[in-house]
Amino acid sequence: MSGSDVTRGGVGGSQPGRDALTGARGGRGRHRRRRGRGEQPMVPEARFSSYYGKPVLNKPTWKPLDIAGYLWLGGLAGGSSLLAAGAQATGRPALARAAKLGAAGAISASLAALVHDLGRPARFLNMLRVFKPTSPMNMGSWLLAGYAPLTVAAAAAEVTGRYRMLGAGATAAAAVLGPAVATYTAVLISDTAVPSWHEGYREMPFVFAGSGASAAAGLALACVPTGQAGPARRMAVLGAALEMGTFQLMKRRMGLVAEPFEQGGPHKLLRAAELLTAGGAALSALAGRRGSRPLAVAAGAALLSGSAALRFGVFHAGVASAEDPKYTVVPQRERLRTRAG
Amino acid sequence: MTEGSTAAVHGAGGAAPSGNLLFGPQPNVAEAAGYPDAPPRMGFFTDTSVCIGCKACEVACKEWNAVPEDGLELTGMSYDNTQGLGADTWRHVAFIEQRKPLGGQEPGVHHGGFDVFEAARQLGASPSSPGPGATAPPPESAPAGAPAGEISPVSPDGRTELRWLMSSDVCKHCTHAACLDVCPTGALFRTEFGTVVVQEDVCNGCGYCVPACPYGVIDQREGDGRVWKCTLCYDRLGVGMEPACAKACPTDSIQFGPLEELRERAAARVAQLHAAGVTDARLYGESPDDGVGGDGAFFLLLDEPEVYGLPPDPVVTTRDLPAMWRHAAMAAASLAALGIASFVRRPR
Repeated sequence: MSGSDVTRGGVGGSQPGRDALTGARGGRGRHRRRRGRGEQPMVPEARFSSYYGKPVLNKPTWKPLDIAGYLWLGGLAGGSSLLAAGAQATGRPALARAAKLGAAGAISASLAALVHDLGRPARFLNMLRVFKPTSPMNMGSWLLAGYAPLTVAAAAAEVTGRYRMLGAGATAAAAVLGPAVATYTAVLISDTAVPSWHEGYREMPFVFAGSGASAAAGLALACVPTGQAGPARRMAVLGAALEMGTFQLMKRRMGLVAEPFEQGGPHKLLRAAELLTAGGAALSALAGRRGSRPLAVAAGAALLSGSAALRFGVFHAGVASAEDPKYTVVPQRERLRTRAG
Repeated sequence: MTEGSTAAVHGAGGAAPSGNLLFGPQPNVAEAAGYPDAPPRMGFFTDTSVCIGCKACEVACKEWNAVPEDGLELTGMSYDNTQGLGADTWRHVAFIEQRKPLGGQEPGVHHGGFDVFEAARQLGASPSSPGPGATAPPPESAPAGAPAGEISPVSPDGRTELRWLMSSDVCKHCTHAACLDVCPTGALFRTEFGTVVVQEDVCNGCGYCVPACPYGVIDQREGDGRVWKCTLCYDRLGVGMEPACAKACPTDSIQFGPLEELRERAAARVAQLHAAGVTDARLYGESPDDGVGGDGAFFLLLDEPEVYGLPPDPVVTTRDLPAMWRHAAMAAASLAALGIASFVRRPR
C-alpha cells in the first residue's frame, strides 16, 4: 500500500496535472466543466463528497420516447376532453369533433406507449390487480381505465353519428376526468427520489395543466375553422401563461436542483418549449384577429411541439439530476446543517 | 385524488390503516402490514470497521440467489470493480482510500524521531540483534539486484497516513420503503420479517421503483425486464437460516439478527470504538426517526455517508405524497376552470 495513490482518475503521478492523491481529492467533489455560452450557475459550485463521482440513485429506466411522450399525450387528451365538452355544450360541431377525436387518439397512443415501456408488456393488466393510493402509477392506471373508454365512446358516437345521447354523456364524463389525467402525471414523476422531479411537486401539476391546455388548443387550432376556434385561441393563451408562469416559479423555488433545467440538452428543449409556446399563443391571437387559417395552423403546430418539448425537457432534466450525486448529496447535507442549527 | 382514503389492503403488500403509514417511526412494521403474529423484525448490522474487503458476501449472494453475471470491468476505483447495487448486484463492497489516520491506529509508517533505516542497518551487527539472517540471506549472499542490507522506504515522499475504508452495501429494507409504496402491481411486498421483497411472478417491469428508491438499490435487469434486489434471503429466513452474505462474512462485519438486538449491539460497538479513539465511528440508518423510519439494514460507518455513496439524509418520497395529490387536485381544478373560462361569454 506504500505508493499506490490510486483513484478512479488513474495512478498518482502518471497523469501530470491531475491531483490523484488518496484522501486529498480522491472521490471528492467533482468539478464539472461549464459548457454552453455564458450560462451562469444559479448557485455557487458546492463542495461535496461522493463515491468516485458515482450517482447515489439509480436513474429511471423509462424510455424517453415512451414516457415523455406519454406525459405529452396525456396532457393533450385531458385538455381536448375539456374542449370537446365545451364545444358540444356551446354548439361548435367542428371543434367538438376535432377535440373528441384528438382525445381518443392521444389517449390510445399514450396507452400503447405505456405498455411498450413495460419490461413485461404481457403483464400490463397486473396494474389493476390492486387499488393502491400510495402508487400514482396504480391510480393513473385506474384513471385511464375509466377515462380511455369514455373518450373512445365519445369519438365513436361522433364519427358514426349513432347513440348521440350516449356520446354526449361520455364526452361530459371524459371532461370531468380529463383534468385529472392531465395533472396526475406530475405526481407520477414527482413521487420519486429524482431531485429535479421531486422538489417541483408543488408547481409541476400546474405546469402540466397549462402545457396540456396549450397542446389541446394547438390541436384544435390546427384542425378547426377559425370561426369555431375562438375558445381554443383563448385556451392557448391561458394555458401558455399558466405553464410558463408556474414553471418559472418552480425553478425559483427549487434552488440547486433547478440547475439541470438550465444546462445542456434539457435547457435547449425547455428554451425551445418557451419560444414555441409563447410564439404559438401570440400567433393564435393574431390568427383570430385576421381570420387566417395558415396562421392558425402554424400556431397550432407551435403549441403542440412546444408542449412536447417541455415534457421531454422536464424528463431529461430529471434523469440528469439523478445521474449527478451533487443534486442528491448537497441538498440533503444542507438540510442536515439546517436541522443541526 | 384520494389521499384521504385508507391505503390499499391486498394480502401482504397493503399497509395498516393506522399509525405512521407513510413517514415517521413505525415500531411494528410487519403488524402494520397485516401480519397478526409476526416474528421479530430481522435485519442486518454491517459493521464496516471490521470489513476486510474480501467480497465473500458478494460471491455468496450471487451463488445462493443465482444472480447472473453483469460484466467484468476494471474500474480503477481501488479494489471495487462491482461499482454499485443494481439488478444483478445485491451486495456491493465499497473501497475508499484516504490520507487520514484510522482513530488510534498506528499505521506503522510514521517513525517520529526514530530512524528505522539506521536501526535496520545495525541488524546482525551486534549480538543483541538477531539480524536479517534469521529471515533473509546475509548481504553478501543476496541475489544480484536485491536491495541487500537496505529496506526500501515504505513511503518514499514522506507521506505517512493512510486508511482504507471498506463497506458492504445492501438493500436497506426501509421501514417506509418508497419502492414498495409506489409499486403499482403489488409485486413488492412486506414480509412477516419486516423485509421488502419483489414477487417476480407479479412484477411487470414498469420500473417505477427504480427512481423511487432513495438509495439507488433496486434496478431493472436487462433482457429480463423485471426489477430485482436483495430479498434478505427470504427463502433462508423461512427455514431459520441466516442470509448467505452474513453466513459467508469471515469477520462478522455483516451481522444478522432481530433488529432490536442489532441496534443494541451497534450502540455498544460505537461506544467501544469512540473509547478507542475512533471518533469517526457513527451509525447510519439506525434511527427510527430518520427520513425512512429507520433501515432494516443499517451500518456503522467511519466517514460521512456520501463518501460511501450513501445519501446523507434520505427521505421516503411518499412522505410528500398527500401534498402532491392535493397540489394535483388544485391543478386539475384550475385546468377545469381554465377550460370553462375559454368558453364563457365568447361569441362564435
